[in-house]
Amino acid sequence: MPRLAEPTAVQPVESAMVPRLFRLVDRRQDTADTFTIVLEPNDGVPLAFIPGQFTMLSAFGVGEVPISVSGDAHVAGPLQHTVRDVGAVTHALARTAVGDVMGVRGPYGTGWDVADGHSRDVVFVGGGIGLAPLRPAVLEVLAHREDYGRVVLLYGARSPEELLFVDEMKQWEDQGMEVLVTVDYGRESWQGRVGLVTKLIPRAGFDPMSTLALICGPEVMMRHTALALVGRGVRSNRIRVSLERNMRCGVGLCGHCQYRELFVCVDGPVLPYAQVTGLLGLREV
Amino acid sequence: MRTIEQYLPDHPFFEGLDAPTLALIAGCATNISLAAGEYLCHEGDAADHFFVVRRGRVAIEVHGPASGTLVLDTADEGDVVGWSWLVPPYVSTFDARAAEASGVVAFDGACLRGKCDSDAHLGYELMKRVTQVMNGRLVAAQLRLLDLYGGPGATDASPR
Repeated sequence: MPRLAEPTAVQPVESAMVPRLFRLVDRRQDTADTFTIVLEPNDGVPLAFIPGQFTMLSAFGVGEVPISVSGDAHVAGPLQHTVRDVGAVTHALARTAVGDVMGVRGPYGTGWDVADGHSRDVVFVGGGIGLAPLRPAVLEVLAHREDYGRVVLLYGARSPEELLFVDEMKQWEDQGMEVLVTVDYGRESWQGRVGLVTKLIPRAGFDPMSTLALICGPEVMMRHTALALVGRGVRSNRIRVSLERNMRCGVGLCGHCQYRELFVCVDGPVLPYAQVTGLLGLREV
Repeated sequence: MRTIEQYLPDHPFFEGLDAPTLALIAGCATNISLAAGEYLCHEGDAADHFFVVRRGRVAIEVHGPASGTLVLDTADEGDVVGWSWLVPPYVSTFDARAAEASGVVAFDGACLRGKCDSDAHLGYELMKRVTQVMNGRLVAAQLRLLDLYGGPGATDASPR
């Protein structure tokens, strides 16, 4: 398959603020409120990104939202985003149809740097829509499966109906990934686990002393997950989290996403847990 | 399959208990096999047992008039189910159903309470362990009250 060139590290600010035009070529409804859109650039130049980065997606006339890329970073092809319909802009994006045009700025921010897990075990922990930003990293690790030790995905969602990428998870298992899933609430017909995602940590097969752990989900979930991983023996500097803040400009100018000394859009979204341990528990910054 | 006496020393719930204490506890225990769908206990029943899951999966359920049956938690291999046997009036507060074919060790609560009453050390050790299970469930319930994954607080500023 064709490979993309490495993304450029820094864009001039002026061009970084101008969206490129992308056309919707496919759309999939994942759950009742979450959908995946597949976008082709109007200028024909694929958007290169590293797993963990986000773009600013524009619904023209409505606004812009930061959305992590959920597609494969190493295959030249359309851009993929998995979006939850929770506000005016995402609702406008949810109503787009094949052929519609939207704006894309970016990619922005830091990535998961999964290559740092070479020769080690890699543990992905996703909560809800947080599995979408992890997906490119999962695909990267599975594309180079022999470079890693044990690979584990621990995934929690509110209910069985809200689990993402269910069919794909079966393929990931076939590719040598241990997948453990839990939901917060289930009906009698649900045969799987019910409980917090942290409950899966003692059950997963990995060596905590040689593990890279990548966590993405709501902040409370990430905080408790990181504590549980540290409790099992994973070093805090081997744990990464993806933070969510009110990203607006994407290039560290506007300050909307400032998190004490950090600008999440440029210093993050992916940050070492050791760097933000004290911040995650704060009520206000 | 190992006997109950052989199984208990390796189980985290019983970790640190000496051999005579474990023998005392094992004297109140029996192995039970369950077909999928069979119930270990029902809400409102006398809580005369607690259970350690050896294989399979047990669903902890509650029922509401509007919500129907809701699975609040599942217990897999090694997990402990039930603490009402230690708390008056000794009545189960949930249903426990085998979500798949399962095997559990059932501990007779009345038998253990009697031994705890006459052996304060055993009583304290079991109370510490049961409290840990209760604490885990309480923390899990607190976090789930936040409705982490689907809360109304989600906005376009944080859609992922």
